[in-house]
Amino acid sequence: MASKIDNALSFQQQALSLRAYRQQVLAGNIANADTPNYKARDFDFSTALKEASAGRSSGSLALVTTAPAHLPGGAEASPARLLYRSPVQASADGNTVDMDVERGQFSENAMQYEAGLTFITQQVKTLLAAVAA
Amino acid sequence: MSVFSVFHIAGSALSAQSMRLNAVASNLANADSLVGADGKPYRAKQVVFEAVPVNGESGQGVRVKQVVEDASPGRLVYDPKSPAANEQGYVTMSNVSVVDEMVNMISASRSYQTNAEVMNTAKQLLLKTLTLGQ
Repeated sequence: MASKIDNALSFQQQALSLRAYRQQVLAGNIANADTPNYKARDFDFSTALKEASAGRSSGSLALVTTAPAHLPGGAEASPARLLYRSPVQASADGNTVDMDVERGQFSENAMQYEAGLTFITQQVKTLLAAVAA
Repeated sequence: MSVFSVFHIAGSALSAQSMRLNAVASNLANADSLVGADGKPYRAKQVVFEAVPVNGESGQGVRVKQVVEDASPGRLVYDPKSPAANEQGYVTMSNVSVVDEMVNMISASRSYQTNAEVMNTAKQLLLKTLTLGQ
């Protein structure tokens, strides 16, 4: 049973875990900036957050297991549907990582993550004020 | 947890880029080598990167797939006094292109720097997460 405090914080918690996941995806892009044929990945944050709030994760396609012998299926359970970035200037080795874009998005995402942390902290303070009053 | 795998991803990139830097150092050191370990002129070594999944998650790390030897012909230098000279007086030197290697070195060090910064950002985010609600 989800408590009211849990409900109050769950939206920010989902936003924060999606931000953390996006940070991981962007770090993967930056790490593979020199890998031939690597295609830069990213996901649409607002769509992913909407789907996460509605309780369905777009990336996971888990199979229904009705008997103990059933296998869980190999579909990876990622928190969001990863898309490919369309390159502005494709490079000769097939790599589509644009370092400027990735660095910008990485910094922006880090800032949004910190903003999310601030929101949660303030919500906790609000709840504490209500308890103490 | 996602932010922890940022460390693995950026760490894999750091080690891959340092291997590249290693190859560059070896190539530049041997730019004027007459013979390598196998008795033939030194051949430039280049690393090939490959994306690999980290911790079975969808994040992509990077690793060195293989180290290939540059197949381009060696430089011919006219030096009849050298013991390695052929009948026409030419010596086959290594096929290291010093300009290419310098470009490679700058690119590798910049990539290393960027990934170190990525790790730093992830560290800051984790530290802030630890003080959540205070």
